[in-house]
Amino acid sequence: MAQLTHRTSSLLKPLSFATRHLSSTTPITIETSLPFTGHNIEPPSRSVETTPQELLKFFRDMALMRRMEIASDSLYKAKLIRGFCHLYDGQEAVAVGMEAAITRKDCIITAYRDHCLFLGRGGKLVEAFAELMGRKEGCSKGKGGSMHFYKKEGGFYGGHGIVGAQVPLGCGLAFAQKYSKDENVTFAMYGDGAANQGQLFEALNMAALWDLPAILVCENNHYGMGTAEWRAAKSPAYYKRGDYVPGLKVDGMDAFAVKQACKFAKEHALKNGPIILEMDTYRYHGHSMSDPGSTYRTRDEISGVRQERDPVERIRKLVLAHDLATEKELKDTEKELRKEVDDAIAKAKESPLPDPSELFTNIYVKGYGVESYGADRKELRAVLP
Amino acid sequence: IRSEARTISGAINGSRKTGKVITKAVAAQAESPASAASKPGHELLLFEALREGLEEEMDRDPRVCVFGEDVGHYGGSYKVTKGLAEKYGDLRVLDTPIAENSFTGMAVGAAMTGLRPIVEGMNMGFLLLAFNQISDNCGMLHYTSGGQFTIPTVIRGPGGVGRQLGAEHSQRLESYFQSIPGIQMVACSTPYNAKGLMKAAIRSENPVVLFEHVLLYNLKERIPDEEYVLSLEEAEMVRPGEHVTILTYSRMRYHVMQAAKTLVNKGYDPEVIDIRSLKPFDLYTIGNSIKKTHRVLIVEECMRTGGIGASLTAAINENFHDYLDAQIVCLSSQDVPTPYAGTLEEWTVVQPPQIVAAVEQLCK
Repeated sequence: MAQLTHRTSSLLKPLSFATRHLSSTTPITIETSLPFTGHNIEPPSRSVETTPQELLKFFRDMALMRRMEIASDSLYKAKLIRGFCHLYDGQEAVAVGMEAAITRKDCIITAYRDHCLFLGRGGKLVEAFAELMGRKEGCSKGKGGSMHFYKKEGGFYGGHGIVGAQVPLGCGLAFAQKYSKDENVTFAMYGDGAANQGQLFEALNMAALWDLPAILVCENNHYGMGTAEWRAAKSPAYYKRGDYVPGLKVDGMDAFAVKQACKFAKEHALKNGPIILEMDTYRYHGHSMSDPGSTYRTRDEISGVRQERDPVERIRKLVLAHDLATEKELKDTEKELRKEVDDAIAKAKESPLPDPSELFTNIYVKGYGVESYGADRKELRAVLP
Repeated sequence: IRSEARTISGAINGSRKTGKVITKAVAAQAESPASAASKPGHELLLFEALREGLEEEMDRDPRVCVFGEDVGHYGGSYKVTKGLAEKYGDLRVLDTPIAENSFTGMAVGAAMTGLRPIVEGMNMGFLLLAFNQISDNCGMLHYTSGGQFTIPTVIRGPGGVGRQLGAEHSQRLESYFQSIPGIQMVACSTPYNAKGLMKAAIRSENPVVLFEHVLLYNLKERIPDEEYVLSLEEAEMVRPGEHVTILTYSRMRYHVMQAAKTLVNKGYDPEVIDIRSLKPFDLYTIGNSIKKTHRVLIVEECMRTGGIGASLTAAINENFHDYLDAQIVCLSSQDVPTPYAGTLEEWTVVQPPQIVAAVEQLCK
């Protein structure tokens, strides 16, 4: 008992010499939570190099993403966001870890659970919220919605509604990278549900055939909407499904494991062609806002994962353990982020709805000097009621 | 809204031919010397014309590439890409495995970054497997991304009823694709317009579906030597006339011209227009013709239900109702899977005697 109090009191030392002896670029070595499991490949080491700056950035980014998703939840319930809204909370470590390992010239393409990846690629909060609410200032001018976030300058190719269709697109992005010889890679992300799509294997075959720099990332949150992975797949070892393509199983709740795996995968893909990464992760919300998320799994399971494996908590503990900030400072950061999110929502709410003429823009690119709109080549104008 | 002749602008990697581009080139009759060509030109078959167009575009812009089954080493199942793999390499003329859904998806993904892929479906019917990629990703990405991405792909392949190829290889799929917002559809029918449309489709920033016909690949025609590109949204006046407007495209053009010979002998003067652009329709040319003749006959190979003819009938009725003296007659192929037996197959599509009878009925 005495030992315990002694230990805690040393952590609660006031900000003096103890906490600030590390400069923001001193390397720290962190062990990942679990070792990597490889399929047809030697897995990378468990030790990850990082810096205090990066640790704090991870915390900030993940807390922001978490805050954004919770805020979207309330906005959806307030009927400001309509349609489908697929939330990413619980899986933030994948987005943040991946971003840390790559550049903006590498491409990421994913399915509909894209809000946080959009943020990671340089998207602004206002753009995200405005798009969710269907406003003009949204990243797709309000015409895409939750499932169609894109950021061309950031190398984020969306944002796709049909399950699995983004994987051949991702291989196409990798093809273009190989064609222009620019030493970048593409991360084509999909879920455990999409892992059973035929087009995935077709695309994987072609990527392996032509040595395309494509990295297929399976974000395995163990549920394909309401169906558990063991009920949908004969072999839930998604990283082994590539057969001749090497695979790596990663703890997707540990941002550093994700970072290490993505760095390793990028090096591999540039030399040897495609590789599959399976991120073992979890989503706290249901599949989308119309799914309560508790009919096919117990609340105990959800809270259990939240207690033991929560990605933001893990980074918080690491920050505290390395004395990079105090509890209070982290709480203040979270308050700051909450305010940032609230401000963004307020700004997005003020943004107007798109003009009625926007109904007909961006259907065709006006190429070659001819205006063309509908099947009967009339210029369509409308005044919406 | 008339097309404006504009020379190509915009940055393109690599060298550009500074030749003048003729945008409103309307096909002349094969025997008429007053065509756009000042030199006699050269004679070739339709598939060679397609290849010529493809090759010129690949020379001009290094971003143009071809994806398809057997397009590389084999030379293309209809020889359209013969010799191109030797010239441009295996990456630019890519032999894909038999995975239409994915390689169409790959083409769309490549197009998102700026490449200009041409997807060859060995038969248009196989592209049904890629329908999701064509409809959702190809057609809609420009819209759902708020204009951030353009998808300059060309999807081409032979379709239509051939010589006893069986039901699954004789599909007329123009009707399936026509509702997809965001794509343009064109159908070529002569070597002249095949080359011109191929070049225009490659240069267009929009996704274009180019419908060729299995039986038209060996048509011979003399085409100009100099470079020309046709407009993707214009129809072609094949034979001016006074009595009735016959709208047609692809192979049915030849059935109509055959029927036209009989009709001329019987004293009728049909105006034959090859609509070429299936989406959007060239209502300017069609409208001018209707204002002159007041009678319309549509002859197409597409299915009766929900086909191109059905849309065209609706569009004409909506826009030119006042100019019509008679109801629009639409002759399309029967709503049946194409049978194998030769006689049955013949009666699936519209034959010249049926066209003659329809015109006579219309002009009563």
